[in-house]
Amino acid sequence: MSAPTLGYAPTIDVDPFCDEVLADPIPLQRQLRAAGPVVHLGSYDILAFARYEQVRAALVDWQGFQSAAGVGLANFRTEQPWRPPSLLLEADPPHHDAPRRVLQKILSPRALRTLRDDWFADAEALVEKVLADGTHIVEIDAVTELAEAFPLRVFPDAVGIPQQGRENLLPYGDHLFNSFGPRNHLVEAGESRAGELQEWTSAQCRRDVLAPDGFGAEIWAAADRGDILFDQAPLIVRSLLSAGVDTTVHGLSAVLHALATHPEQWSRFREAPAAAARVAFDEAVRWESPVQVFFRTATRDIEIGGRTVPEGHKILMFLGAANRDDRRWGADADRFDLGRDPSGHVGFGMGIHQCVGQHVARLEAEALLTALARRVEHLEPAAPPRRHLNNTLRSWDSLPLRLHLA
Amino acid sequence: MSNVAPIHQRGHVAEQASAGTARVTEIRREADGVMGLVLTDPVGDRLPDWAPGAHIDLVLPDGTTRQYSLCGDRWDAHSYRVAVLREPSSRGGSAFVHDSLREGDLVGIGGPRNNFALVPAARYLFVAGGIGITPLLPMIAQAELLGADWNLLYGGRTRTSMAFLDELGRYGERVRVEPQDESGLLDLPAFLGEPREDTRIYACGPAPLLDALATAAACWPSSSVRTERFVARDRSDGGSDTSFELTLARSGRTIVVGRSETVLEAVAAAGVDVLSSCRQGTCGTCETTVLVGRPDHRDSILDDDDRQAGDCMFPCVSRAVPGDRLVLDL
Repeated sequence: MSAPTLGYAPTIDVDPFCDEVLADPIPLQRQLRAAGPVVHLGSYDILAFARYEQVRAALVDWQGFQSAAGVGLANFRTEQPWRPPSLLLEADPPHHDAPRRVLQKILSPRALRTLRDDWFADAEALVEKVLADGTHIVEIDAVTELAEAFPLRVFPDAVGIPQQGRENLLPYGDHLFNSFGPRNHLVEAGESRAGELQEWTSAQCRRDVLAPDGFGAEIWAAADRGDILFDQAPLIVRSLLSAGVDTTVHGLSAVLHALATHPEQWSRFREAPAAAARVAFDEAVRWESPVQVFFRTATRDIEIGGRTVPEGHKILMFLGAANRDDRRWGADADRFDLGRDPSGHVGFGMGIHQCVGQHVARLEAEALLTALARRVEHLEPAAPPRRHLNNTLRSWDSLPLRLHLA
Repeated sequence: MSNVAPIHQRGHVAEQASAGTARVTEIRREADGVMGLVLTDPVGDRLPDWAPGAHIDLVLPDGTTRQYSLCGDRWDAHSYRVAVLREPSSRGGSAFVHDSLREGDLVGIGGPRNNFALVPAARYLFVAGGIGITPLLPMIAQAELLGADWNLLYGGRTRTSMAFLDELGRYGERVRVEPQDESGLLDLPAFLGEPREDTRIYACGPAPLLDALATAAACWPSSSVRTERFVARDRSDGGSDTSFELTLARSGRTIVVGRSETVLEAVAAAGVDVLSSCRQGTCGTCETTVLVGRPDHRDSILDDDDRQAGDCMFPCVSRAVPGDRLVLDL
């Protein structure tokens, strides 16, 4: 495993996937950025990037840093993946082209316009229900009652999967995102249900199970047109179910936590919610980076940041660290600030693999935040929040909030 | 947003200095009447990603905009190749490329866009007429890479007018080159054979060839046949990078978008941040509603119907049609 070329980069021995770092990755991110443009991770003997410049460069360079060997620590060239690889996340051109093209069209901002009014109404109804008990002050857990409730209310319907079994979506996503990391206790804990969850998820991707008017049906219709092969359709539906729920939940938790802990930003948001909702969400995605890390594999010897990544070697990209790199974001990079233009953050990735569902996530956030702004004058933490640990995701288990109604 | 720091202080310019501009780094004669151009980013950055079947808008220094298929290697992220046929009646466009364009010149580029994407299949039949070989070249390279079964039937007026014969030579028997003055009209029925479930037909060339193909392939399922009609006309509505006026509807303010800045940069300088991400017209994040005016679309996202609707644009790359002004919902 060890190669002499790796030794040129400064070595850091802290395990980025240990519980302490997963609970608070910020100190390690600082250490990694300060160490240099390329860092050697002693615990896994791989090279890593934590500065914006190198992370972005690696993300867009699909020719040099491939995904088909897996975007986790496991190298599919030598290791058997635990599930059939994704046709999007774990594929390179040319195989990646057709699935991406089809899904990108189905999830484009233009295509989503038809959902907009419904989702705004759904968000209002959900907020109405959550606030129903209170007259002035309501205490809620924002994770379960808003951040999970809203995506679970609108997204599975939009995909067109049946009602039954939807409680499997979050555990499936949680295990999937854990599995990109090393086989630590988080992965082991998920393994007992992994087979069953994967089976359930695959079963939702069949044509006869999907509603006739959702994203899922549209994917199958693309197979009818010959734009993808029929045997690709279920795996592309699976991508929606794998990557479309947990990530959005944690993105929403992030923006709710950010606004609750930055009252001046909430006031600012409430002055012009229609204009500020999208910025607030993307700034939260930058600040919190719900997807913290992804791996790639070098397709040849690649010079980056003055070092050589040898062919066939995994690299680790710290998206969360790049999103707080003061070289890119200025001295106040650690601050959640609606006055900042968060454009260009790598929280959704960048390049051909950039989150194909990003416009779905933004629309969900815009709907939920707009509904909250109408009814809530200000919000604050009601008790200390609790982290949920995941090898890839930065997320909350519980966010007790006190909402003061307008 | 009150943050009106100059955009370069936020680091954007260093990432995407040159969206929309390329330098002509090589001009090469590919056949009688066909010039090959190699285009690279002026500061050596990556050019926007593309896939076989894609074309770019080329905005020439004489102000004409023409569309050309990309026919290079997408594993080279830093250059595009196009091939330009001199059209007999051309005044701008192709004539300019042949007579006046020089290595080192800067040109505007829009896209890439793809209306002719290669779909997955076990077997492909490619039919090219003349310069219609250009979008098929990268498709062939891809079919070869995927280990698909494929054949090319390539017609042209004369052998010397047919570009890229040397490159195609390496594929041996899979390629049939049939210049009209040697072999007559292409025998399409014989080449296509019986309809097959596993096969997709891709054809590009002049209208008579595509009409003949439509007849010959009439018994094939329509989803099996994909063609790109050669549009040999100079676009009159495309723009060079001229400055234009833009009104921000929500504040009623009017600003000028300079020649060398994007709409996104111009509105940011006026204190309005529009959320964006890729800054190459590919991700769709900065979609903005157009209330008045005709956008000069330079993105890779909107298809022809979307463009016809004219109700939105991507201000990271797109501009206004020359002489027009835009009113945006900002």
